[in-house]
Amino acid sequence: MTAIVSVKNLRKSYAGGFEALKSVNLEIAEGEILALLGPNGAGKTTLISTICGITSPTSGTVTVGGHDTQKDYRAARAMIGLVPQEISLEPFETVRASVQFSRGLFGKPRDDGKVDEILAQLSLDDKKDRKIMTLSGGMKRRVLIAKALAHEPRVLFLDEPSAGVDVELRKDMWAVVAGLKASGVTIILTTHYIEEAEAIADRVGIIAKGEILLIQDKAELMAQMGKKQLRIDLAAPAAEIPAALAKYALHRAPDGQSLTYTYDTKGPRTGITTLLNDLQNAGLQMKDLQTQQSSLEDIFVGLVKEE
Amino acid sequence: MNLNAVKTIYVHEMRRFQRTIMQSLVSPVLSTSLYFVVFGAAIGSRIDQVEGVSYGAFIVPGLIMLSVMTQATSNASFGIYFPKFTGTIYELLSAPVSFLEIVAGYVGAAATKALFIGIIILVTAFFFIDIQIAHPFAMLALLVLTCISFSLLGFIIGIWAGNFEQLQLIPLLVITPLVFLGGSFYSITMLPPVWQAITLFNPVVYLISGFRWSFFGVADVSIGMSMLAITVFTTGCLAFIWWIFRTGWRIRQ
Repeated sequence: MTAIVSVKNLRKSYAGGFEALKSVNLEIAEGEILALLGPNGAGKTTLISTICGITSPTSGTVTVGGHDTQKDYRAARAMIGLVPQEISLEPFETVRASVQFSRGLFGKPRDDGKVDEILAQLSLDDKKDRKIMTLSGGMKRRVLIAKALAHEPRVLFLDEPSAGVDVELRKDMWAVVAGLKASGVTIILTTHYIEEAEAIADRVGIIAKGEILLIQDKAELMAQMGKKQLRIDLAAPAAEIPAALAKYALHRAPDGQSLTYTYDTKGPRTGITTLLNDLQNAGLQMKDLQTQQSSLEDIFVGLVKEE
Repeated sequence: MNLNAVKTIYVHEMRRFQRTIMQSLVSPVLSTSLYFVVFGAAIGSRIDQVEGVSYGAFIVPGLIMLSVMTQATSNASFGIYFPKFTGTIYELLSAPVSFLEIVAGYVGAAATKALFIGIIILVTAFFFIDIQIAHPFAMLALLVLTCISFSLLGFIIGIWAGNFEQLQLIPLLVITPLVFLGGSFYSITMLPPVWQAITLFNPVVYLISGFRWSFFGVADVSIGMSMLAITVFTTGCLAFIWWIFRTGWRIRQ
């Protein structure tokens, strides 16, 4: 993989001694969508701010497209677009003027056609001449994205894009992200909605207390760490788990109507066949079987709890 | 050099100026006209000539300086404080721009506004009082330099200020007294000797004196001293802003 963003031994500590980032190493491949998942205060925003130049690192290096973000900040920053977590916009500006401002600030010549194209992409074409203060929260967030895209960046950082956004807009945003990925833009987003990471990311990084605990291909991560559950609905309720089945660590539903068996998909044997045989031998009649894959959320909660 | 960014910031700030044209342009012109009426016409008619110049004419350079200095400071401080207040400063910090480019954009726009106001006041003055400008080029140069240096000072105040109250504090508590006591309405030779000596520590004295010299050819301090003072002041502000961006003081954690 060719890394477009490369973070090496990045540390950030504040004057009070608080270590927001503890030696973070991260390589982001060109064209991928990376979701950084973590609880509040994990260091997600600090990491993004440091890469984008808003916060100065205490030590360590960051390169974007091979350009050091400290020594060669012009070339590095010209490649980056940032959508901040907070809605930070000038209330009296029009949508279009605000996006044009961003484009110029990043050194690109004025191009009204390009700006209109970006606004259309975010369904803002009918709001172009409106003052930002007259827009709804969701629309303002779209304006932030339009501003970040105004200079046609190669790498886009989205800091909590779904915070305070309704379901519909979130789905729209995912569509925009998918479209950007298709055009070759690398996307890094932070979120604490696991659903979001699961829906759009190629890779998932889990960050807590200033450290990246894990970073892995999403499907691989879920396959490797995923546990599956098998629920067996019984024809007649079982008063207790028969002694012959004690070795399976079954969980009996309070009403006795079903038993749940948890197994590891990555293990050499799942034990399902013998379980079903033993169930038959113990005289329990099965009515139905269901399996369920654990979600990224279960993995995440498990990992952060372990810490 | 990211010239597009400089232009973008400059145009953006000038647009804000257009939106608030009443407040930006009309109010300083109105208040200065009131000064002319009160000090120039009403009170001035009872005052003898000051250093061979009628009092009405004598206060013109001082009044222009008073407006230019306060306007440059408040425009520039608001210009950079507002993005801090709305949070849009994130964009400036993450953009491929150097400190010099940010300063050129904001200070350039604030200085342009102040210059406009200065020239409009000068034109207004012609309607009230008969004046001649002895050294027009020196006058323009001093006016431009004052616009720039006080915009730089305003930029520093805007970065320093943590709220709107602090934004008003320095102009109110420091700049206004320095300007009023800097000889806007009198020649410092009219003061008792002790106060004359103390006044020489006021940097504004040198600016107003130099500016008045460009009109009437008379000054409280030598024009060389005036030029030196404004150069030192401008360089000091620039050095301080350079330090702000280097250390990230009040803007970058």
